[in-house]
Amino acid sequence: MIIVSDPIVVASPSDARAAFPLLAHDPGLHYLDNAATSQLCAAALDALVRHETTCRANVLRGTHRLAEAADAAYREARAAVARFLGGVSADEIVFTSGATASLNLLAHSLGATLAEGDEVLVSVAEHHSNLVPWFMLRERRGIVLRVLPVTAGGRIDLARLPQAMGPRLRLIALTHCSNVTGAVTALAPLVAAAKAAGALVALDGAQAVQHGPVDVRALGVDFYAFSGHKCFGPNGVGVLWGRREVLERMPPFLGGGGMVDRVELTGASWAAPPRRFEAGTPPIAQAVGLGAALDWMTELPWAAIRAREARLTRRLIDGLEPLPGVRILGPRDDAARAPIVSFDVEGVHPHDLVQVLDERDVAVRGGHHCARPLMAALGVEACTRASLALYNDEADVDALIEALAHALRLLR
Amino acid sequence: MSDSIYQEAIKTLAQAAHGAGTLEAATGEARLDNPLCGDRVRVQLRIEGGRIAALAHEVRGCLLCRAAAAALGLRAPGSSAEELEAAAAALARLLETGEPPAGLWRELAAFAPVHAHPGRHACVRLPFDAAIEALSRAAAGSG
Repeated sequence: MIIVSDPIVVASPSDARAAFPLLAHDPGLHYLDNAATSQLCAAALDALVRHETTCRANVLRGTHRLAEAADAAYREARAAVARFLGGVSADEIVFTSGATASLNLLAHSLGATLAEGDEVLVSVAEHHSNLVPWFMLRERRGIVLRVLPVTAGGRIDLARLPQAMGPRLRLIALTHCSNVTGAVTALAPLVAAAKAAGALVALDGAQAVQHGPVDVRALGVDFYAFSGHKCFGPNGVGVLWGRREVLERMPPFLGGGGMVDRVELTGASWAAPPRRFEAGTPPIAQAVGLGAALDWMTELPWAAIRAREARLTRRLIDGLEPLPGVRILGPRDDAARAPIVSFDVEGVHPHDLVQVLDERDVAVRGGHHCARPLMAALGVEACTRASLALYNDEADVDALIEALAHALRLLR
Repeated sequence: MSDSIYQEAIKTLAQAAHGAGTLEAATGEARLDNPLCGDRVRVQLRIEGGRIAALAHEVRGCLLCRAAAAALGLRAPGSSAEELEAAAAALARLLETGEPPAGLWRELAAFAPVHAHPGRHACVRLPFDAAIEALSRAAAGSG
């Protein structure tokens, strides 16, 4: 069976909710765990089903009709990602299994061009996905890892940038938006400083892409990594965008079929990017689904959606702050932030809180959010996080606040 | 359904915090982390005459973890290593099946509703896992 939904125009959260099959089937659910995984939009689900039922075949290998259809769908998915990232070249789009794989690819392939003593700058605010691969590179290559601290308000402390940049800085690898605090990184001074130092800039965009298309050229960065499942697409697929001239200088990470020009028993030569970085059979249907999700997103009225997300974030913060013992972690202001709000509740463990909220159909996340250095900097072991997406509305925020008040009565 | 996780028996156990603290002259000690949530349990025990003479724990964790540690602190002193291992195995069966098995410490029966939430099993088991590890170290003389 092929499911093809009518295009849904998203003018309100209820419209958006209708565009998400899971939410349409569970109208009572207040899903506020979008920073972990967003829901799959109908456009992506339809594309997945259509692909698997009409043109499932391997790509870049076959010449029969199905294989050519699969090639075309995969090529179009790459083009959709390129459009979403501001109209970059499709040859600069590398499909991976997710943002973590993208950042590991970068750490291996770009890392192979670094020498002992070369410096990579990260921040305390990073997800483990943008820390551990660099720890591993430090073990392999003897690089020096420098770390930007965060301010008391939970933002990357750019005032410390001059001291953090050593003489052999080669790469600044930072989050575009914190998965814990929602703080959006102020990129202009970072990019300017990196360029002046001859260093590259890589962004972990996992949390940013859910909130609209990203023009990577306008940001001035060199690499951008994200996951499909955090921008209304399927899981199992992600993207590493890299500037062509930088990708061309990088050796492959994984070896196998599809990433070579020529193989003899004496050795092999590499295909040009992006194929050089896509060894083996890629996540084809997932990429097709991601392309459909991004095309769907690209058509949405983002100015209005972002304004609504900002209003809801303010409503959430205003609802949380008066609750006894609740402390918001990270910025409380409205500037340069995504609709992600984490908080600590004195005397109540996040896992207990999440459990009780779940009983009220409110889905949030408790834990360290794979950001333990940031947790330490914020003075907590774990916290509770609510993260909004375009389908959330006032009822979701109010349900959280009401359930939280109930949980505090129950657990204290 | 899961409201019952936070029934009074669990809350009372956690608040009682039997055995919370540290132990002088421990012969076995272990510290375990739950990598998913960052919770940490440290258990110290002293073996005398083949039995657990004393047990203490420090818990940085959720209410379920603190309640399980309190049950341990209440019941482990006076037990043999084999009895503690049997109690831990009975707790594991309770979490797996939701049915209290024979030999389960009565305080642990309150954890039956956690059966429906596999993501929380590790919270309950962490103090017992730490205690078993501490027993092992005591036996090896590496406490």
